[in-house]
Amino acid sequence: MLPFVVSQYQLDFLIFLLINVIVVASYRLITTTGEFSLGHVVMMGSGAYASAILTKQAGLSPWLSMPLGGVVAGLLAYLLSFPLFRMKGFYFLIGSFAAGEAIRLCWNRFREPFGGPKGIKLIPAPELGALNIGAAFNYYFFTLIVVLVSLVILYRIERSRIGLIFNAIHWRDVLAESVGVHTWRYRMLALVTASFFVGIAGALLAHYIGTINPNRFGLAIMLYVLVWVIVGGTNTFYGPIIGVTVLSVIDEFIRAFEELRPLIYGGILIATVRFLPQGLESLPQRLLGWWRALRRQALPAEGPPSPRSDSDRSPP
Amino acid sequence: MTSLIIQTVVNAFVSSSFAALMAVGLVMIFGVMRVINFAHGELYMVGAYTVWYLYGENELPFFVAVIAAIALVGVVGLLMERTLFRPMRGNPLGGLILSVGVLFILQVLAVIIGGRGLMKHIPPALEGQWDVFGIEGVSVPFQRLVVIGVAVFLLALLWLFLKRTKLGWALRATAQDPEAALLQGISINKASLLAMGLGAALAGAAGGIMAPLVRVDPAMGHAAIITAFIVIIVGGIGSLEGAVVVAVLYTFFHTFVTTFLDGTLASIFGLVLLLVVLTIKPTGLFGKGEKH
Repeated sequence: MLPFVVSQYQLDFLIFLLINVIVVASYRLITTTGEFSLGHVVMMGSGAYASAILTKQAGLSPWLSMPLGGVVAGLLAYLLSFPLFRMKGFYFLIGSFAAGEAIRLCWNRFREPFGGPKGIKLIPAPELGALNIGAAFNYYFFTLIVVLVSLVILYRIERSRIGLIFNAIHWRDVLAESVGVHTWRYRMLALVTASFFVGIAGALLAHYIGTINPNRFGLAIMLYVLVWVIVGGTNTFYGPIIGVTVLSVIDEFIRAFEELRPLIYGGILIATVRFLPQGLESLPQRLLGWWRALRRQALPAEGPPSPRSDSDRSPP
Repeated sequence: MTSLIIQTVVNAFVSSSFAALMAVGLVMIFGVMRVINFAHGELYMVGAYTVWYLYGENELPFFVAVIAAIALVGVVGLLMERTLFRPMRGNPLGGLILSVGVLFILQVLAVIIGGRGLMKHIPPALEGQWDVFGIEGVSVPFQRLVVIGVAVFLLALLWLFLKRTKLGWALRATAQDPEAALLQGISINKASLLAMGLGAALAGAAGGIMAPLVRVDPAMGHAAIITAFIVIIVGGIGSLEGAVVVAVLYTFFHTFVTTFLDGTLASIFGLVLLLVVLTIKPTGLFGKGEKH
């Protein structure tokens, strides 16, 4: 029950963290099929823009426009999956970046209805009867509920037959295809589902801060998301969530040196890839492994050899 | 109207020079090491900062500053290969992610050294202009001709190096087939160092010669890397000639659309073009397809 004991400022921090948890958890769904996208943050922006425009210009209630934001992001991902999934690896990475950047530049270029470089302002927060959900305290619980529901659904997908197929496509796509898996369709399904959830995250962000503009969804932010996911590790469901939590807390400690943030992110990223390639999620196992190795050195002939402590899955 | 078109053509050639230097460097790095260097735009930025610092602030001769930029960025490239890309060999995605780390670090270093938000005033090294064929109202500042001249000179030098020297052959052999090259006694470590050093140096050169013409700030690598990506993907990621040809074609297209419509639209068209090419022929127009 954190919100009862923290300040307004810390409440903001928690809300942004929760929103970012959806961003990384949905991103992981794409990585389970073996692809790394650079368009995810733009999909988040699509949800934010769609929800803001539907609320402000079509006069819809935020309760309706926020899920529709997710739907719009999912539809956009569906359309993009036709060109993008002809590509793999590098080409997919750069293709997703190009698609995202083109969409983002459209927000910048076209004042109607996207508001140009200044974006959209005064996006109303949802209301529930007399209750103003936009107040930080209430919005925290609202966001918490949305995040928990999203995480449960994402987790269920991963544990389902579909999740297993994603995994099969990741490690042996040709083999998967040869046993009758329509790989294109499943890749598309992963991208669309992930985009739907990140679109919801974008809508949550838009209706809380009230102002969105193209720079909020630029390459720099996308690279931060990539750092969160890589540092946390992509082999488990909780890895990216650990990554975003740890790095957000570090962000708070270095708030006085905001300018140095990319330097610290870059350093952490390089250190992780070089020395902990499976991410923070593998740290306990690694520590255990080192400790065992140390003990074995200290007591050379003791008991059977310890089992391999490495994760059974290798990095991509 | 004629004058505007001629001016635009010259501007397009200036952009081509910069884009070709960037793209050829990226293609060389990719060819030998199979890594996309995401920090290439930041190497370009470091080149521009070097010229700003040495020539703009400390009044060293322009060409000395450019040579220093080439050398400094080349050394940064060597360091990146030795400490980051080499341990990641065989893991292209790992290399790419490490280069993202470098991107972040170089951006912050630029802010620390140069300060944020200040327009860097870099005076042109050569005053005066060339009146094109004496046509009324058509003139090209010498500074722009310098960019074109330096780029053509460097690319010609690189071409001679790759085609006429043993080291150049070794580099091309490694790009073609690393294992066969290894069997011929070519050290992949040395070839990678060479490719990364040369590729980075070209980015440094691009930044150095462009510095007096563009806005020098820590984020300038962003637009540069987008242009370079479009060029290398459309040109086929393994083809140096393709990169140069597409650099010229694409920057002409981009400059003309920018002049007669607007810059953002030009970039949107470019990105859509990139997607279309990737969709139709994922190895690029000049690419030969990758060996598995």
